[in-house]
Amino acid sequence: MTSTSSLVEICFHGRGGQGAVTAANLLVAAALRDGNKGVQAFPFFGAERRGAPVRAFARISDEEINLRSEVYNPDVVIVLDESIMGIVDVLSGIKDGGAIVINTRKSPDRFSFSKQVKVATVDATDIAIKNNLLVGGIPVVNTPILGAVPRVLSRVTLDSIQEVVGEKWRGDLAERNVKATKEAYERTEVGE
Amino acid sequence: MRVIIDTGNYISAKAAQMAKPDVVAAYPITPQTTIVEGIAKYVEDGEFSGEYICVESEHSAMSACIGASAAGARTFTATSAHGLLLMHEMLHWAALARLPIVMVNVNRAIGPGWSIWADENDSVAQRDTGWLQFYCSSNQEIFDTIIQAYRLAEHKDVQLPVMVSYDGFILSHTSMPVQIPEQNEIDDFILKRVPQWKLDVDNPVTHGNIIMPKDYPSIRRAMQDAQEKALELIPEITEEWRKRFGTYHGDLVECYRCDDAEFILIAVGALGAESKVAIDELREKGRRVGLARLRVFRPFPKQAVVELAKKADLIVLDRNISVGMEGAFFSEVKAALYGSSDAKVYGYIAGLGGKDVTYKDIEAMCEKVMDGKYKGYEWYDLEGE
Repeated sequence: MTSTSSLVEICFHGRGGQGAVTAANLLVAAALRDGNKGVQAFPFFGAERRGAPVRAFARISDEEINLRSEVYNPDVVIVLDESIMGIVDVLSGIKDGGAIVINTRKSPDRFSFSKQVKVATVDATDIAIKNNLLVGGIPVVNTPILGAVPRVLSRVTLDSIQEVVGEKWRGDLAERNVKATKEAYERTEVGE
Repeated sequence: MRVIIDTGNYISAKAAQMAKPDVVAAYPITPQTTIVEGIAKYVEDGEFSGEYICVESEHSAMSACIGASAAGARTFTATSAHGLLLMHEMLHWAALARLPIVMVNVNRAIGPGWSIWADENDSVAQRDTGWLQFYCSSNQEIFDTIIQAYRLAEHKDVQLPVMVSYDGFILSHTSMPVQIPEQNEIDDFILKRVPQWKLDVDNPVTHGNIIMPKDYPSIRRAMQDAQEKALELIPEITEEWRKRFGTYHGDLVECYRCDDAEFILIAVGALGAESKVAIDELREKGRRVGLARLRVFRPFPKQAVVELAKKADLIVLDRNISVGMEGAFFSEVKAALYGSSDAKVYGYIAGLGGKDVTYKDIEAMCEKVMDGKYKGYEWYDLEGE
């Protein structure tokens, strides 16, 4: 098989300041611990503005990754901010059999595309607020939503995500972030 | 040895810190900025013991490195695009003064129109300054090459500055796993700088004084000899690194699936990594094609290119353009072969100003040549054509 065979490509959609790039970095750090030898995380290349739509990307593979081009056909799409979906085609290029994780109060069957792709939903904003994960009064959803990823992607485990999240911050803040990932994992609804 | 995941720029900062330069002088510029930030953080955290000089321009950054290096110090700086261009005068100075400065250049297009994305024209434009030039394709290669650059630059038979370049954003802002040796292992590998000559207040001399016409050619010739010596030393240094630390990215050239190849693609930097995927796909289709990723632009690996051309025809991919001629690597490859090979050389320009080049694009370029459909030197996928 070709060197792209075991590859999983992930696209994060969020708004500048929500930590999409940090989420991508934490996810691949966890994936490396789970034995995936090749990992990559990168932002959309260019300038970012707070509040504007932003993208970040991750690649996870069994082997060293030689790809250096952008991600055009993601296996998994992660939406940190539901309101993005009105202005950005988040499903653009998604692979057949792909999955989308959305930060929303809605259940998966409420999305019109839930018949075409696997939809997983979690109210990461509520989890962030309940765990007091706020910066300048705004809920930080990037760590909670990582807890939902193992529900659609078996290559990364909740244990590894909790380890890297726990090491990223210190003390009580680390504990609250770790707790949020677990709550997200448990509260995620995965569609048919 | 431990594995960390970080961006090309933070890996550069890590390598610079572990090389223990006595002086770092640098000025921030996109997309190099996070290297300077990274080093500033080491200074702030007390993890860097050298002098960190915040200068007012890149010209001053290189001037400060020149002064420090002339006094015997190990130095480091980093820049990109317009910053590198502003240094141009002092780049010549550093090389002619035979100062083993190590610099990272994050390849970025030159404006206007204003571009912050990957393009090799900034460093290719420094071809004739006398600096040795490396191009990297992964974050591991960035780390390893920066450390190795000090061994090479400070070698008594080289004594020339080394530039380590890699694609802006594509590598500078992408996180990848990198094996980092222990500090004592780096110390053992890199050795101490032993200046062959230096400014010393107790033994005052002048450097760079007037040189009469009869003597000037010999200082140029000495630089040429030093660069040719580097052609021998680079494989020795990369091999020693492999034995000690296990990572290896080729010597002057990294060959990938070149055995029995009828065509060999020559690519540089991140395009060289992406090309491996294209080669895998083409091999899957039964095409006899391989990749030679050039790691070194100066000294140019002439003999290695001649050896490649004994086996196969060559396809050269350039992320730069010498306007009025063609891509720089295309020109150099043909010049290296002149008189010693009848191999055909095909060329493409692709990816200027950060335009994304995928393995499928590279596959298409190779197939066009292999299928006999190549009509002449081509700018791949130009808008409006």
